Amino acid sequence: MRKIAGAIAFVIFFAFLLFSMYELHEFGKPPSDMDDYIIQNAQNETGANNAVTSVVFDYRGYDTLGEATVLFTAIAGVMILFRRGKDEE
Amino acid sequence: MKSEGMSPIVQTIAGILFPMVLIFSFYVIMHGHLTPGGGFQGGAIGASAVAMLIVALGAKKINDMVGEEGISSFESIGGLVFIIIAILGLFMATTFLSNFLVGDTIFGKIPPFGSNSGILNSGGILPLLNIAVGMKVIGGLSAVVLVMALATKEEKK
Amino acid sequence: MIYQIPFIAVIGLIAVGMYAVLFKKNLIKIAIGLTILESGVNLFLITLGYRKEGVAPIYTNLPSGIDIPDKMVLPVPQALTLTSIVIGVAVLALVLSIIMMIYRHYGTLDSRKVRRLKE
Repeated sequence: MRKIAGAIAFVIFFAFLLFSMYELHEFGKPPSDMDDYIIQNAQNETGANNAVTSVVFDYRGYDTLGEATVLFTAIAGVMILFRRGKDEE
Repeated sequence: MKSEGMSPIVQTIAGILFPMVLIFSFYVIMHGHLTPGGGFQGGAIGASAVAMLIVALGAKKINDMVGEEGISSFESIGGLVFIIIAILGLFMATTFLSNFLVGDTIFGKIPPFGSNSGILNSGGILPLLNIAVGMKVIGGLSAVVLVMALATKEEKK
Repeated sequence: MIYQIPFIAVIGLIAVGMYAVLFKKNLIKIAIGLTILESGVNLFLITLGYRKEGVAPIYTNLPSGIDIPDKMVLPVPQALTLTSIVIGVAVLALVLSIIMMIYRHYGTLDSRKVRRLKE
């Protein structure tokens, strides 16, 4: 009984995804006002040749700070789970 | 994964290859503002070099040489350097994480517009942030591999 | 319809990942399905920013004959994908270590048997 309800919900979800694919833009022509500005002025304002690195660390550096925090928290969680006491050898 | 290491042929080759892979990962980290690459990509290469050493020599030997606390403190130093550079941007210029080294002495040349072969001296605070994130990723991923390899040793008694 | 083939590939990857998460009983297969789902979403983020016959937005040794903002791929979706890949690695590390602790405590990997609190 639960399997039939799960299968019907699965099929409805993927019908939604297939029909909403037609509302997206055409594959090769994305709308790009902000990215034209970034490609034109990235060498002048940040001084780096690589536009992707200047977006990751300068124009959106706050996201990189949040991602470093997530990585630190996950690794701290793994180290806590596998801690051994000093007297079990 | 046995915890005594593999045969002497594998140990010799792993000992020869380990500095080469480590230097390649430092090259990818340092040239992050000129070619594709940067902190995260070079950090993943360095962590796979340390994981090759753990598999070849055995987890117990690596734990006696450098404890898991040593590798995990390497990660914490990388995170602290990131935060200190960001707060320095607050004191020397206007905002948090502002690029205050463009036009100055250390990393501050501005390249001419258009295609050019890269200048290592450019980039502002980007190479320093790349080094901090690279240290963080190398320390974190190799600490996870070492702790998991040590935990599976206790299963078969 | 034939021009949107990368989006159809994304829908296929999400379908395979979601089938493995919803309908499988082994815990390791659920973790593998989670990874496939996350790969599908990363592919979707990158194919949003493609320009026809474009090169990478890097100025070092650019090949000649490229107009500067018209033939370069957009850089912002690549930055978002980088963050998403690193977060996927962190989540996978935590999921696998929790599965190891469950196996050590219960002795089995069947998701129907690990529901009750064991004394």
